[in-house]
Amino acid sequence: MNLQADLLVLLPELILAVGAMALLLAGAISGEKSAPAISLGAIVLLIAAGVATVMGPDHVTAFHGAFIADDFSRFAKILILIGAALSILLADEFFSTIQLSRFELPVLMLLATLGMLLMVSASSFLSLYMGLELQSLALYVLAAFNRDHLRSTEAGLKYFVLGALSSGMMLYGISLIYGFTGSAQFSTIATVTHAGVPGLGVIFGIVFLIAGLAFKVSAVPFHMWTPDVYEGAPTPVTAYFATAAKVAALCLFLRAILTPFPDLIHQWRQIIVFISVLSMALGAIAALGQKNIKRLMAYSSIGHMGYALLGLAAGTALGARGVLIYLAIYVFTNLGVFAAIQAMQRKGKPVENISDLAGLARNDIKLASVFALLFLSLAGLPPLAGFFAKFYVFLAAIQAGLVIPAVIGVLASAIGLVYYLRLVKVMFFDEPVDAFDPVSGMGSKAILVISSVVALFFILAASPVITAADAAAKALLP
Amino acid sequence: MSLPLLSLCTFVPLLGALAILLMPGAKTARWIALITTIVVFVLSLLVWANFDASNPGFQLVEKHNWLGGGISYHMGVDGISMLFVVLTAGLMPFCIAASWESVQTRVAEYMIAFLVLETMMIGVFCALDLVLFYVLFEGGLIPMFLIIGIWGGKRRVYASFKFFLYTFVGSVLMLLAIMSMYWYSGTTDIVTLLSGVHFPRAMQTWLWLAFFASFAVKMPMWPVHTWLPDAHVEAPTAGSVILAGILLKMGGYGFLRFSLPMFPAASEMFAPLVFTLSIVAIIYTSLVALAQEDMKKLIAYSSVAHMGFVTMGIFTVTHQGVEGGIFQMLSHGVVSGALFLCVGVVYDRMHTREIAAYGGLVNRMPIYAACFMVFTLANVGLPGTSGFIGEFLTMLGAFLHNSWIAIFAATGVILSAAYALFLYRRIIFGALVKPSLQTIQDLTAREIAILAPLVVITIALGVYPKPVLDVTTPAVAKLISDNKTALALDHMHKVAELNKGVGR
Repeated sequence: MNLQADLLVLLPELILAVGAMALLLAGAISGEKSAPAISLGAIVLLIAAGVATVMGPDHVTAFHGAFIADDFSRFAKILILIGAALSILLADEFFSTIQLSRFELPVLMLLATLGMLLMVSASSFLSLYMGLELQSLALYVLAAFNRDHLRSTEAGLKYFVLGALSSGMMLYGISLIYGFTGSAQFSTIATVTHAGVPGLGVIFGIVFLIAGLAFKVSAVPFHMWTPDVYEGAPTPVTAYFATAAKVAALCLFLRAILTPFPDLIHQWRQIIVFISVLSMALGAIAALGQKNIKRLMAYSSIGHMGYALLGLAAGTALGARGVLIYLAIYVFTNLGVFAAIQAMQRKGKPVENISDLAGLARNDIKLASVFALLFLSLAGLPPLAGFFAKFYVFLAAIQAGLVIPAVIGVLASAIGLVYYLRLVKVMFFDEPVDAFDPVSGMGSKAILVISSVVALFFILAASPVITAADAAAKALLP
Repeated sequence: MSLPLLSLCTFVPLLGALAILLMPGAKTARWIALITTIVVFVLSLLVWANFDASNPGFQLVEKHNWLGGGISYHMGVDGISMLFVVLTAGLMPFCIAASWESVQTRVAEYMIAFLVLETMMIGVFCALDLVLFYVLFEGGLIPMFLIIGIWGGKRRVYASFKFFLYTFVGSVLMLLAIMSMYWYSGTTDIVTLLSGVHFPRAMQTWLWLAFFASFAVKMPMWPVHTWLPDAHVEAPTAGSVILAGILLKMGGYGFLRFSLPMFPAASEMFAPLVFTLSIVAIIYTSLVALAQEDMKKLIAYSSVAHMGFVTMGIFTVTHQGVEGGIFQMLSHGVVSGALFLCVGVVYDRMHTREIAAYGGLVNRMPIYAACFMVFTLANVGLPGTSGFIGEFLTMLGAFLHNSWIAIFAATGVILSAAYALFLYRRIIFGALVKPSLQTIQDLTAREIAILAPLVVITIALGVYPKPVLDVTTPAVAKLISDNKTALALDHMHKVAELNKGVGR
């Protein structure tokens, strides 16, 4: 395959790479005031990349098999691009309220998004690592973006130190896998492990690989950074972590486990089941005592990753389908929740305590209803979208015979329900405190509306999403 | 069939809720809600009119693509479910009317919650797909949670959480069971599952237990009934009516629709367990009811006892028992709903539900005393009221199955007379000595309009139950004969397996 064709496969990534450079230049020339324009430019670039992804070629590899574009990467990329674009929209409003608008923010987000797109398209451990690091480095800076804020700086530093550690573990795992199979290419590794009994080294490598990946998706026991980073990072950046970054990391997880090691399922499944069950349980229990809503969302996201990993543990195309449906719903719900959290402002200052939500239903019934709708959707209550997310994951788990993890999962969801209900209780049953500033930004309003519509009406329009996720999962596991 | 009647019944309330959203104002909200519920009631009567009672199968069926992969939007009613649709639609206008004056805060939200709840409840009885059923079964929790939590009494938060968590934990296990059934049979279509999918015996045991977890909590059966008194006491009057009148019936309906026909072998195996729990519920909760100081709590415990008769009747798998169970549920839906409305009447005036705060009401409230008496006697199961038919039939069924069960259950009947009449005496009779009661007013025209139709229904069903029994008889007959066939088949399998073992 010639270079031109290879580059064409990479078109969405190229748009972002070249566009990010151009925006960086434009920002540097025109100065700080250009931040809103740069944000707009970034969103346009993301949309262009989205169009290029949809129109792009189907199931082709490029650069000697290091890069693959298929239904799976397309599904993931669209979710990532949506998450990124809406997070930039939020960020633009957030930083102009606290008067810290800087043009670097959208550029960094574009670069992180580029890394994510490369991650979900990687089909060799080398390109995987390249994408992952591009994403991570940009995210470290983003976490610390509110640089005058102690918590934000702390979040950035913590994320960096622990992230570097996990990257190191992963590299070690990759090197072991490479050493014992003789290739970094997913398809070649699959052939090798299929042919005969793999050495202990490969298993060892998988363990380290999973440890590194579990860190990226914030699964227990590699979750420690999550609450601090979620709390410390500026809200729109947290939204970005919780949506686009999670999609990228989990999709990478799926491909890096399912494609090269389908024959080692009995080895890696126990690890995945273990971290999945722990994440579900810890996410539910630890969230019960939280007072800060962003920390609560951090534990909630740990729990949600546990549910999604149960789909991976199934190790089937149905499981992968479950994970993808989960992610699609999760992205929209979480964007809405963070847009609502961002709307929690009094006299221009953000507030983040759960007690600040008291009696919100009396002051602002619309915001309270959206909040409640999204929380109940996250809790997985029918007929809201979140139910179908859990439904398809558990469906796959049951089919794969993972009955006991599924039972633990549903019981954890009952525990998790308590803290979601507590939030609804605080907003609807308690006596009101001071009202929030009215939601002014059009972007926030649009995101709140979109996410509520998804949460409410997914039940009616589920079938196309399921079909698309099905096709994507089949691309991964034919 | 021109109109999709069942879908209309199910989703017209949502349209009403939408209309309330668009047109603000407490007064408009009340009227829209009332008109919507009456329209739905008329629609449900149309369902009854279009229903062919001699046909034991599902009727007015609608089927559309939904999630794909064997999961569809499938609605339909048979002789077992149809009357529950009518009951639900029939109780709703009373609930709205009963909240007319007692609910003054956040009226629009209240009405929306009730209308959404109506959609879920009617949908549960119409759903012919397990996933659809589950979605609606669980979906009802959210509005009920809000109704208890926002418009409830002092300990409303505790009660609403307890209600939600109990029912949720029970149901999630059922969800996993539904998934296993899906993978075994390739479909969640209830009609397909009812006609000829035979689950292996060991699997049936687990599935039965998972479904039991959900329905036993919903019903509620002893010992998982403790959420009910709390929920009842704290819920606003109309919330209690719906809780006792409809939500509890979903458990019994679930047993009839799923447990008995889909897992016949497990049902047979676990029947002694169900009987034991039912007897305990009948006797123990009746005794507990005797000791209550709060009117609503007393009626709540009596509901648990009455539901004990229902589970007992259903699991005898005799014609009388099952039909009695259904009749008891319908009758209890009307009677307990009416009793809660009666409590609401005096609560609205005195703002207390403590029995000791009342006495001698007959002197100032003769009409109220008369209405209350009819419902109390129906609750006791006096011949001539609707309560008698159901209790009598379930006892007959129990007697056919095992006379000991019937003997124990009969003591419950005596106890129910004791606590119900005791309650009535303490509230209505005696001297009117309490100073606060001296000026209490008798029923207003609105309250008479609410209670009078319920009095008529209670007595009419007790004297002439034929219209109801006509609808249920063919479906029950089919249920029982299917059950017998399945059991015989299961027995054959077992014998064949034993023979195989001998051959080796």
